[in-house]
Amino acid sequence: MAGPKSTTSSASSNAVRSLLRAYNENTSSRLKFIDAFLLFLMLSGVIQFVYCILVTNFPFNAFLAGFGSCVGQFVLTASLRSQVNPVNRAEFKDVSPERAFADFALGSIVLHFFVYNFLG
Amino acid sequence: MPFAYQLPSDVSPATVANTSSLLRIIALALISGAAIASRLFAVINFESIIHEFDPWFNYRATKVIAEKGFYEFWNWFDPTAWYPLGRVVGGTIYPGLMATSGVIYSLLHAINLPVDIRNICVLLAPGFSALTAWSTYMFTKELKDESAGLLAAVFIGIVPGYISRSVAGSYDNEAIAIFLLMFTFFCWIKALKIGSAFYGSLAALFYFYMVAAWGGYAFITNMIPLHAFALILMGRFSSRLYVAYSSWYAIGTLSSMQVPFVGFQPVRTSEHMAALGVFGLLQIIAFAELVRTHVSSKQFQSLLYASVVGMGITGALAIIGLTYKGWIAPWTGRFYSLWDTGYAKKYIPIIASVSEHQPTAWPSFFMDLQLLIFLFPAGVIMCFRQLRDEHVFVIIYAVVASYFAGVMVRLMLTLTPVVCVTAAVAFSSLLDTYIDPAEPDVLEDDSNTGQDAPTSGTSTAVSTSSPAPSLKKAKKAAAAAPPAGPLDGLVSTVTAAVSSSKKAGKPRGVFGLDTRIAVLINALGMLFFFVMHCTYVTSTAYSSPSVVLASTNPDGSQHIIDDFREAYYWLRQNTPETAVVMSWWDYGYQIAGMADRPTLVDNNTWNNTHIATVGKAMSSSEEVAYPILRKHDVDYVLIIFGGLLGYSGDDINKFLWMVRIAQGVWPDEIQEPNYFTPKGEYRVDEAASSTMKNSLMYKMSYYRFAELFGGNQAVDRVRGQQMPKVGPTLDYLDEAFTSENWIVRIYQVKKDDPLGRDLKTANAFAQGKKRKRSKPQVRRKAVS
Repeated sequence: MAGPKSTTSSASSNAVRSLLRAYNENTSSRLKFIDAFLLFLMLSGVIQFVYCILVTNFPFNAFLAGFGSCVGQFVLTASLRSQVNPVNRAEFKDVSPERAFADFALGSIVLHFFVYNFLG
Repeated sequence: MPFAYQLPSDVSPATVANTSSLLRIIALALISGAAIASRLFAVINFESIIHEFDPWFNYRATKVIAEKGFYEFWNWFDPTAWYPLGRVVGGTIYPGLMATSGVIYSLLHAINLPVDIRNICVLLAPGFSALTAWSTYMFTKELKDESAGLLAAVFIGIVPGYISRSVAGSYDNEAIAIFLLMFTFFCWIKALKIGSAFYGSLAALFYFYMVAAWGGYAFITNMIPLHAFALILMGRFSSRLYVAYSSWYAIGTLSSMQVPFVGFQPVRTSEHMAALGVFGLLQIIAFAELVRTHVSSKQFQSLLYASVVGMGITGALAIIGLTYKGWIAPWTGRFYSLWDTGYAKKYIPIIASVSEHQPTAWPSFFMDLQLLIFLFPAGVIMCFRQLRDEHVFVIIYAVVASYFAGVMVRLMLTLTPVVCVTAAVAFSSLLDTYIDPAEPDVLEDDSNTGQDAPTSGTSTAVSTSSPAPSLKKAKKAAAAAPPAGPLDGLVSTVTAAVSSSKKAGKPRGVFGLDTRIAVLINALGMLFFFVMHCTYVTSTAYSSPSVVLASTNPDGSQHIIDDFREAYYWLRQNTPETAVVMSWWDYGYQIAGMADRPTLVDNNTWNNTHIATVGKAMSSSEEVAYPILRKHDVDYVLIIFGGLLGYSGDDINKFLWMVRIAQGVWPDEIQEPNYFTPKGEYRVDEAASSTMKNSLMYKMSYYRFAELFGGNQAVDRVRGQQMPKVGPTLDYLDEAFTSENWIVRIYQVKKDDPLGRDLKTANAFAQGKKRKRSKPQVRRKAVS
């Protein structure tokens, strides 16, 4: 989760450590669970992308479907995360956590319908 | 607080709510009725028939769906279009329109209403216009309130700018596309407003439907990212924006790639890169915001911002670099010609040759939109005064669509919805202000004016249903001394006139019943004239099927000129089914639809060289054209000639475009200047250049034309020029059919001479002319 910070120098590595500590302390276990899923999706997407770059993009629609499913699932999960995050309670007045999960499920079903259709 | 007129006070709120919702339902039903009814002029005046050119192909494709089912249609290879090449129809069209009518057809048949597929096609556009009115209502409701929504629905229901592309019989992609456009935008606004992934997915689904229906989906693909980007730049990034945009883009892009005609374009072409770029940017910003909630150090924040900006620039550079390297295709000519307006004329004459691709003149704005075009800027200004997220969207939409509508007549269609929406906002603000019975307090001083302001002082946000933040903003706006909007100016002048003795800027609002009534009657009169104008324009300008031409006899009765169908049915009945017909591309779809014969080129202009071949055959002499015709197995050549009747859209008037398109491919053989007189005039009479007179098109058009006048001077009614007494002769073609008013002329291509002679020589021989001496030796050898 600390992508853009990796290039910074030793002064900010301290900052990264403080960020990780703050994250560990302030995040509920539920959100951490979502974050673990996000990490998995990101890794899966990266592996597919590297495979596409290094080996072949031959069935291009299959690559797009697989990669698109990773990206789509990632953003849908990230949306769920921000909707259920208590910090954002003020922003999502009309979306209860249960509603957010239903939205997430529906969005994922639609997404994967198109993914399977596009795999070819 | 005093009131200008009394309201009943003993009505319970529930009754008010129920009555208003009942009234809304009735109003929407009536609007649907008006929208459908005003589109039926052509069906009632003439008959239930497909108009124009493009709809004939859509109709033909829909018939395939209705008869053979969806899979046959999906894999349909049409060997009769683009004759030697054929056309993979399933992969070269947007199937949304045909699929929609196919579904309606099956539904109606499932409930035992066996409606003909032609009637479904004819009446699809009026039906969907009712849905458009409803979706515009929903969209405007998000923007202001229900009453503005109803006004917008009325406007778009009858506005000629939209009717022009959706009369009954105009079975074109735009018929359903505008509904999908408005509904996608509504879902997007709703998703953004409440930050719901459900509405985001819904927007993506309707976006998918839109992609399947119309090539104009690129407008949505760029509008939504533009809106999101503008919100980011305004510092209005929120998690709601992230949720709405991400769910729309992720699902929408993947689904849009399912349409075979679109294919991998969403990841490969420049038109779609804005959406991808904003998607990436949103991810970075969302991540940065997340990190920011966990850290508070100021230095760290600036570092974070630097990295966000850096990554954004890197991403933009990456997209630019990929475009230069050729991984991402640059803009297509059609899209590019919107920015560089001289581009099409210079490089792609086939785009410039379409009359819809010309710039729009001022009168057509007024003709298509009447009073809406005056209310449009006022409505946009009102959006500025509230400026919630959805207002930003409408403002951007208004600016972008105005530009496009100015560049191209055809894109008037995308401007019309936003004009209706903003005009409705402006108009309903006016009505809100002047119907509201609350009088400003004259007796009280300063302390009271601040409280009055939201209800009666400002023109915007008067309705009780508008949410709290807008009220606060309105209060702020009222506090600011100089009135900004035009309506406020009006209000303040009224106030100043009424209470001139008072100090300026104290009690603001409308006094008395008479001022209210004066303004309201004026407003209602404007609406009334709008309805009259719309009906008039629709009935006179936009409700004529181009397949039949109507003229009026001196006694007022209608005379129908039906030459097109006469000729097409002649082709259908009297030629073998495999006879290839060559015509200019405008008539390709109609020939395939009505005459059911293979054509060389048609309105789907995907192969420029093939069209140029036809253009070359039409614009060169018989000797040059004949081998081209033979090589393409052409049996019949069909041309449109309006010289006898004064039908101006004929092939002689389109001839220069044929020459230009042919010149683009064969610059050595076809040169445009050769078709002009030495003075540079385009003439068809005695003074016409010899190239012009020898061209196949000229000869076919004027063949035996002079005989028609029985020795008198022949006159071409379109060009207004006097034709030579002796018309051209044809050696390689035979006149096969000429319609009643000479509008359609069909020529048969002669077979090779059985004796192996040159057809010109054979003709000369048959007419008893003496052979020239130099030729025969060679020819005779060939015979024996």
